Amino acid sequence: MKTQDIKPIRDGYGNALLKLGETNPNVLVLDADLSTSTRTNWFGEKFPDRFIDVGIAEQNMVDIAAGLSLEGKIPFVTTYGVFVSGRAFDQLRNTVCYSQLNVKIVGSHGGISVGPDGGSHQAIEDIALMRILPSMTVVVPCDHFQAYKATMQLAKMKGPAYLRLAREATKAITNENSNFEIGKAQIVNEGEDCAIFFAGTIGSEVMKALELLHDKNIFPTIINIHTIKPIDKECIIKYAKKFGKLMTVEEHLQAGGLGSAIAEVLAENYPAKMKMLAIYDRFGESGKPDVLLDAFGLSARKICEQVEEFVKE
Amino acid sequence: MERITEIDQLKRKAEEIRYDIVDMIAEAGSGHPGGSLSAADIGAVLFFNEMKYDPQNPEWKDRDKFILSKGHAAPLLYTLLAHAGYFERSELKTLRKYKSRLQGHPASYMLPGVEVSTGSLGQGLSISCGIAMAGKMDKKNYRVYTLLGDGELDEGQVWEAAMFATHKKLDNLCAIVDRNRLQIDGDTEQVMALEPLKAKWDAFGWHTILIDGHNISDILHAFEEFNTIRKKPTIILAKTVKGKGVSFMENIAGWHGKAPNKEELEQALKEIKARMHT
Repeated sequence: MKTQDIKPIRDGYGNALLKLGETNPNVLVLDADLSTSTRTNWFGEKFPDRFIDVGIAEQNMVDIAAGLSLEGKIPFVTTYGVFVSGRAFDQLRNTVCYSQLNVKIVGSHGGISVGPDGGSHQAIEDIALMRILPSMTVVVPCDHFQAYKATMQLAKMKGPAYLRLAREATKAITNENSNFEIGKAQIVNEGEDCAIFFAGTIGSEVMKALELLHDKNIFPTIINIHTIKPIDKECIIKYAKKFGKLMTVEEHLQAGGLGSAIAEVLAENYPAKMKMLAIYDRFGESGKPDVLLDAFGLSARKICEQVEEFVKE
Repeated sequence: MERITEIDQLKRKAEEIRYDIVDMIAEAGSGHPGGSLSAADIGAVLFFNEMKYDPQNPEWKDRDKFILSKGHAAPLLYTLLAHAGYFERSELKTLRKYKSRLQGHPASYMLPGVEVSTGSLGQGLSISCGIAMAGKMDKKNYRVYTLLGDGELDEGQVWEAAMFATHKKLDNLCAIVDRNRLQIDGDTEQVMALEPLKAKWDAFGWHTILIDGHNISDILHAFEEFNTIRKKPTIILAKTVKGKGVSFMENIAGWHGKAPNKEELEQALKEIKARMHT
């Protein structure tokens, strides 16, 4: 396996910012004292005049970005997902989204795979909070290649957007040349037994589960639905019609996350049975990422078991 | 827009603003007269003497920016914009009605001249910091003015912004506090004491100016002073009277967010008119 296949997704973001720094003078980066962790320090070292560290003040950061965007800047506001989506929610709602400002919000450290830092630092509600906001786009890339492309595309797109990243180095699912388009789901594997939708780095567990399932003669279709909003309805309905049921996998609360977003589409267009592999009404906790994923039913092994059961039903 | 330099004419403009504020809130049947009236003199000086802008070209890049952090004083902002020529005064009567561009609290995507949506308190100073910072980055000469309520200073975010503005030496930023000493639940010093307020802003590194917020000459001088200050932001603590200019509304917390009835309106307009003709 090539080393570039296993990398933290935030590296893709950090590299995209470096590229944007060279190509777009309006791109600015803001951080709230976590720049080494979020990789915005790469941009900060190269473009110090366009990097603003606001200190530990997320609400201030979001509104400063709002002000910068009013003057034609494209600010990428970056900190842990749990802080930016929760602590600065009112600033995102009442200033950024209500005024329809061109502010890009980047929440790193999504999901329980954050690990040892525990429940306080694991964003498991950010997708729900961000996708309910009118005018907000929500993108959850699956690997560093996709994070790079998503960042580049968000810089070109007008309007508020949330980009969710994760901490752990995970195996890449896509490559440098794979197609990526905001709002368009990506078929990772075509199979005949069921459809599994996922978003984010949990995809690496889904891909491991795929190998285990092949050994059991189960061949699922796997879809990387990286854009939670606007969601690719066409793709969801197409596969619900094909299989009569769908499964979703995400590192997020079941309430309001990817599974919920898909359920909303199906309930109104093509009611179909669903199984949502997600976190059910509880917070995360400390532990190694692989231990936590298994404990929360989101490891490759657990996903495999659930798919087996779901196909039989 | 013609700049008004005569103190008497600015006084008259402030009364015209007060007239429309009370009138439009009565028509709407709800709204916030108290904190709109207390800042009418400051608003009149800002819009008709101090700031550079072009109502025919609201997007003019080099315009000075005004951010109404205390968004509930929307009637003040709308009246200033109408008098400045952003839209017809007759539209003021649509305040708070369905399909109106004059939302209960300012919505920037609907109305040209409103720089950003406000209403949730404590955010305007941070937004202004962002605008001022962009001005510094781009070496622009525009200035940023933000009107805050005193009750609003309870919000912690204001103090985050206060630190940022001095840290970044934003001398193109001027905050004005409408220090009318009343918030919804009563006297600011009873609800959540703000004093010693000047010492707080001094300690945060701001250039602090204390004025009578109803004295036009004081207000003019304060802005003059702001324009000479370098390397630090300026804050004008303007001592005001909530409901100023309408006798029965003055210093009554109950008039924070209540519309006058027909008789009250007549009385209020009569008082304001009397001053307009002196």
